[in-house]
Amino acid sequence: MANKALKTLTNGLLKENPTLVLVLGMCPTLATTSSALNGMSMGLATTFVLLCSNVVISLLKNLIPDKVRIPAFIVVIATFVTIVQLCMQAYLPALYDSLGLFIPLIVVNCIVLGRAEAFAAKNNAGLSALDGLGMGLGFTCSLTVLGAIRELLGTGKIFDFSIFPDSYGMLIFVLAPGAFIALAYVMAIVNKLKSK
Amino acid sequence: MVFFLIFVSAIFVNNVVLSQFLGICPFLGVSKKIDTAMGMGAAVTFVLVLATIITYLLQLLLNKFGLGFLQTILFILVIAALVQMIEIILKKISPSLYQALGVFLPLITTNCCILGVAIMVANGTYKLPAGAEPNLLYGTWYAFCTAIGFALALVLFAGIREQLEMSDTPKAMKGTPIALLTAGLLAMAFMGFSGVV
Repeated sequence: MANKALKTLTNGLLKENPTLVLVLGMCPTLATTSSALNGMSMGLATTFVLLCSNVVISLLKNLIPDKVRIPAFIVVIATFVTIVQLCMQAYLPALYDSLGLFIPLIVVNCIVLGRAEAFAAKNNAGLSALDGLGMGLGFTCSLTVLGAIRELLGTGKIFDFSIFPDSYGMLIFVLAPGAFIALAYVMAIVNKLKSK
Repeated sequence: MVFFLIFVSAIFVNNVVLSQFLGICPFLGVSKKIDTAMGMGAAVTFVLVLATIITYLLQLLLNKFGLGFLQTILFILVIAALVQMIEIILKKISPSLYQALGVFLPLITTNCCILGVAIMVANGTYKLPAGAEPNLLYGTWYAFCTAIGFALALVLFAGIREQLEMSDTPKAMKGTPIALLTAGLLAMAFMGFSGVV
């Protein structure tokens, strides 16, 4: 049992990492990783939604008729997204401004609905919570790493902490094309490591 | 003049896929052939314009009753219902159009470009030329132009990917990585339009 729980938790972190291996949730991955901090905040917000929606859906799975399960899942997910949105607006307004549109768009993040459908609808609440946490942290890790790479290459800083002298800067990595290019290379490196 | 400026801005300068990162999933998923890319583009145009008009009007109702916090939940449900309805109506009225767009319709519910544009238009936070006030007419036109921009990016990308299939790429770069790299170069090309409007 303990072994299975551990396996569920680490599944999302490494073997089935949502962004780098399953290629889900690309929109927030590309859009919010202009800095390590933004990437991490987006990852944590998604983790909260994943964890809560997974638990609630696995508790309700026997009450929801099969035919309307997708709309029902969406309502549960949208509720938690609204909670995150309102809390962030109230307590972290600066962060809310920089993530902007992508907070409400967690609703249509394929990872959240995908886990609800593939895992929470079939397993008990405890395992679903671990799955949500693992997947969420896997997502957070890849977003933070990608954000750190882009911030370092683009402005020479990581988490606003200067690594390179001020005169350094490849602005392209903070802008849109840099997001695609950085993610392409990170994915290629992961593929290379996996094939060994 | 305002309409022309919105047109250029939404399609080229602030392209929905390549500079705003909305709708990346279908952009990577259904862009292997030009035919399917065009079908997806048409389906998105159809749904996006309708969804924008309906959600804009619903937002007025929400504002009137002070229920702004219900925006996310209401919009996603309305979009999901709308997509279902369009599917049923198309099947009945125009089977040929349904044949062409049918497969793409269920995918559109979770396309973030629909919800994203609907929220932007309802909140009035989309890019308008200086001096113009957001209203329903501009919002609808903006949604239409955005969808055209989405279709343009999708078709361009599909064309490149058809060629890419035949080229010899390193093993680790095959599939998604090389597609993302191509999208990066395409985004760089679109960056050339910045400052036009």
